Amino acid sequence: MSSKDVILGRVRAALRDAPAPGPVPRDYRREFPAADLDVLVDRLVDYKASVRRIGSEQVAAVAREIAGGTVVVPEGLPVAWRPEGVLVDDGLTPDRIAAADAVLTAAAVAVAETGTIVLDASPDQGRRIITLLPDVHIVVLRPGQVVASVPEAVARLDPSRPLTWISGPSATSDIELNRVEGVHGPRHLHVLLLDS
Amino acid sequence: MSTFLGMPATAPRGVGHLRGDEPFPAAAHTALANDQLRRNLRHATTTIRGKSGRVIAELPDWQELRSAGSAIKADVMSRLPELLEELEARVTERGGVVHWAADANQANAIVTELVRRTGSERVIKVKSMATQEIALNEALEAAGIQPVETDLAELIVQLGNDQPSHILVPAIHRNRSEIREIFLTAMPGVDPGLTDDPPVLAAAARKYLRETFLSTKVAISGANFGIAETGTLAVVESEGNGRMCLTLPDTLITVMGIEKVVPAWRDLEVFLQLLPRASTGERMNPYTTMWTGVTPGDGPQDFHLVLLDNGRSAVLADPAGRSALHCIRCSACLNVCPVYERTGGHAYGSVYPGPIGAVLSPQLTGIEDNASLPFASSLCGACFDACPVRIDIPSILVHLRNRAPHPKSERAAMRAAAYTMDRPKLYARAQRAAKLARIAGRRGRGLPLGWNRARDLPEIPAQTFRDWWASR
Ligand code: SF4
Repeated sequence: MSSKDVILGRVRAALRDAPAPGPVPRDYRREFPAADLDVLVDRLVDYKASVRRIGSEQVAAVAREIAGGTVVVPEGLPVAWRPEGVLVDDGLTPDRIAAADAVLTAAAVAVAETGTIVLDASPDQGRRIITLLPDVHIVVLRPGQVVASVPEAVARLDPSRPLTWISGPSATSDIELNRVEGVHGPRHLHVLLLDS
Repeated sequence: MSTFLGMPATAPRGVGHLRGDEPFPAAAHTALANDQLRRNLRHATTTIRGKSGRVIAELPDWQELRSAGSAIKADVMSRLPELLEELEARVTERGGVVHWAADANQANAIVTELVRRTGSERVIKVKSMATQEIALNEALEAAGIQPVETDLAELIVQLGNDQPSHILVPAIHRNRSEIREIFLTAMPGVDPGLTDDPPVLAAAARKYLRETFLSTKVAISGANFGIAETGTLAVVESEGNGRMCLTLPDTLITVMGIEKVVPAWRDLEVFLQLLPRASTGERMNPYTTMWTGVTPGDGPQDFHLVLLDNGRSAVLADPAGRSALHCIRCSACLNVCPVYERTGGHAYGSVYPGPIGAVLSPQLTGIEDNASLPFASSLCGACFDACPVRIDIPSILVHLRNRAPHPKSERAAMRAAAYTMDRPKLYARAQRAAKLARIAGRRGRGLPLGWNRARDLPEIPAQTFRDWWASR
C-alpha cells in the first residue's frame, strides 16, 4: 500500500459521516469602482516606496537618475524606456545581476487598496531573479494596470505564470519589533506611474 | 481497538515538535517568572493587535470575508481526497513531483533522500511551521546535511539553539543584546565590532545569508496555500528570503500539510485579504511568491511537493474538533490571548503555541500526550473573535477538556486557571465572561469542576467575572 493510499484511506475514513457543507457565501465586495491612483500612491508611500508620476518619455532619464549606475533590464522592456548602457538580461549569471545597481521592469497589475505591484514574468518583466538581487527595483506602471482591489487583481492574473506580489521593499520586524528595511530583497522600491 | 492501514492516525511519538517535556502549567510557571519575556510579549502582542485592528477597520466587508474563508475551508475538509488528487495531477502536469508522507518520519526520509540525490550538503530554508513540526532540521543534520534558516528570526532561533516562541515573530523572546551575543558566537564571518542596533544586526544577517543563498543549490519551504485547480503554490512573507529560496536554487522541495489545499484560484481573493491584515496588521505583506510546477528558464527546474498527514487525518476524524485544520497560521489568536501573553510560546511545548496550539497539538498527537493544553485558556473568547477564518477555538477547548484524561488534567486546569485568574488585568475582561457562559450553556457538559456553574450565569453577567470566580 502506498503512502498516498494510506493517507487518502485515512482521510476518507475520517470523513465517512461528515455532512456536505453548504455553499460558500461570496457576499464580500466583488464590484469595485475604478481604481483611485491617489490611493495607490498613498499606500505605496506608506510602505516606504518612492513614487513619481511622469510621462512615458521620461522613463529612461528618471531611471538613470535613480539608479546612478548599472541598470539591468529584461529583454522585452520597451526600448524607449531603457537608459543608455543598460545590461539586458539574456541569461546573466546571478553574480552579474547582483553586482548591478538597479533593475528596471514593467509590471502586470497593481492593487490600489493594498499598495501592491504584481510581476508575472512577462517579457517586459523578465525572470524573477533579476528583480531580486539588485538593491534598487524601479517599476514602470501604466495607469490601465491599476485595479482597486485584490479580487480584481486575482481575476486578471494567470496562475500558470510565476507571480511575485510586492508591497513595499523587503522588511523585517524580528528584532524587538523594530521595522528594518531590506534584510534580503531590494532595499528600495521606486514606482514610476505613467500619465495616461 | 485494532487498527488497520487507513485508520486515521495521530502524529508518532519520538519525532517532531508537538510535545513538550513538561505539562503546560509547569512550563508556564517558569515563563511567568521571566519579566523580560513578558515585557517583550506584551509589547509585541499589543503593537500587532493595534495595527491589525486599524487595517481590518478599513475593510467594510471583513465579516463577509471571514465567513467566506470559513466556508471555503469547511468545503476543503469535506472533499479533501479529491482536492489533493487534483492538486497532484496539476503539479505533475507542470513538471513537479508529488510525494505523500503519512507522518513525520516518512516526510523527513523523503526530503533527506531528495537532498542526497542532489549531492548538496547544505539546504536553505524558508520559515515553515510544517518542517518545524516534523523536526526536519534535526533529521537533515543527522544525515550530514546542514539546514540554514534564512528568515531573520528563525536564524536567530537556530543560531541560539533555541525554539521559536511565536508563529509570526519567532524570536520575540530575545532582545537586541541577546541577538548580538548570538550572532557573535554563532554566525560565521561576523564582524567582531557588531553593535546591537537593529539595522546593524539585520545587515550582518543580510551579508551572511547572501553568500549562502548564492552558493546553495537546494531550498526547502512550506506553503501557505496549494491551489487544486491550477497546481499553484503560494508562500507569503516579508523579508524576501522566501523569494530568494523559491527562485535561486536548482531544486525546491516544499513540505505542505494536507489541509493547506484550497479548491480554486479565485479563492485567493479571500485569503490574500484575510491573512496579512489578521497576521502582521498590514494591508498586504511585502512579498508573496506563487509558482506552478516548473517554469522553463525561470526559477528551480526541479520541484518536489511533499504532502504531509502527520496526525491531520486524526484531527479530521473528530467532527467537533476538525475545524482546527482551517487555521491559516496568522497568529491573531496568540496576540489577543491573555494566557499566551503571560506565558509565551515555549510553555505550550509545541511548534503551535497559543489558543490554536491548545486545540491543534492535542488533536495531532492524541490528547493523552498533551492533556493539559486544552486547559491553557481562560475561555474568554477573544481568539474566536480575532480568527480570520472563524475557528471557534473556545468550543473546541471545551470539547477537548471533556475528552482529556480527567483527574490529572483537572488539577492542571485548576492550577492554570488559578494563576491566570490571579492577574488583575484579566478581570477587566468581565465582558468576555459572557461568552464563557454561553459556551458552557450551549454545551451543557464537558466543563470540569466549578466551570459547570457557568451555566447559572445570565447571558451578560450581572456580577463581574472576578466576583463570580471568588464566590464560586
Ligand atoms: S486559529 Fe485563526 S487566529 Fe489562530 S492562527 Fe489560526 S487562523 Fe489565525
